[in-house]
Amino acid sequence: MPEHAHHEDAEHAHPHAPPAKDEKIHSYYQVLGLALKELLIEKGIVTPKEIREAIEFRDSITLALGAKIVARAWTDPAYKQRLLRNGTEAIKEFGLDMGALHLVVVENTPAVHNMIVCTLCSCYPRAVLGLPPSWYKSREYRARAVREPRVVLAEFGTQLPGNVEVRVHDSTADMRYLVLPMQPAGTEKMNEDELASLVGRDSMIGVSLPRRP
Amino acid sequence: MAKEFAAGDRVRVREDFPPGHIRTPVYVRGKAGVVTRALGAFPNPEVLALGRDGLPKKALYEVRFRQKDLWPDYAGPASDTLDIDIYEHWLAKI
Repeated sequence: MPEHAHHEDAEHAHPHAPPAKDEKIHSYYQVLGLALKELLIEKGIVTPKEIREAIEFRDSITLALGAKIVARAWTDPAYKQRLLRNGTEAIKEFGLDMGALHLVVVENTPAVHNMIVCTLCSCYPRAVLGLPPSWYKSREYRARAVREPRVVLAEFGTQLPGNVEVRVHDSTADMRYLVLPMQPAGTEKMNEDELASLVGRDSMIGVSLPRRP
Repeated sequence: MAKEFAAGDRVRVREDFPPGHIRTPVYVRGKAGVVTRALGAFPNPEVLALGRDGLPKKALYEVRFRQKDLWPDYAGPASDTLDIDIYEHWLAKI
């Protein structure tokens, strides 16, 4: 039997899954969403082009924006003050708009480490970081980040000394939180672009620290 | 809307379990914390969820809890905290 012989092949000793089909099984809410979208188009309230453009715009927002904001705050003390006082206003200097929401930037210091979660759903500073990672939306992260944040941090490879206060922010309302990580030591001579390259997404959620050069 | 609470006020979250869309997670209900800042007034999400206008607006506060007050068996240091945004009608001064 040729198939049997194939499976005996040492380099290829696993059965193959059937080829993926390009068809989706829609959940109840996906069907509801599609029906709503079709109705809105049919009634002339939105056009398919507007929907496509909105998705394209949303997908164009990446963590690079957040990293630029962090690097600016590290290099420009006056900007850092504006950012911490009113994040919503300060990111307008980058052409970014929170819409109806508000941005609150929380600063990591030698004494306090901030970490963001949304236990109710998956509120996330999308205007500056784009779409949240899937783990951020998982029930496990949402439940455990408030219950045992240091264990979760350790699983992300982030060990913090006991004398650093771990402060979890649960975004339950119209505020969206962004962590301003501490600038790594030895980077004082780096310029804004070089610094931005050290700032990963997870450090702005507060589950990791910026990279060291 | 007059601000009912100020930063530094000790508050307790109402221990109540009404039906509907509630933005006050169960784990903070009945717990005591400290107001850290007033965040402004917003349409009440519990009323918005019913398809109404959410008015009058409700003042929103950032409230800080000690983790040990939220979870008696919290394994981390006593200085660890949690900040959460709570609407005024869920808070009472203590």
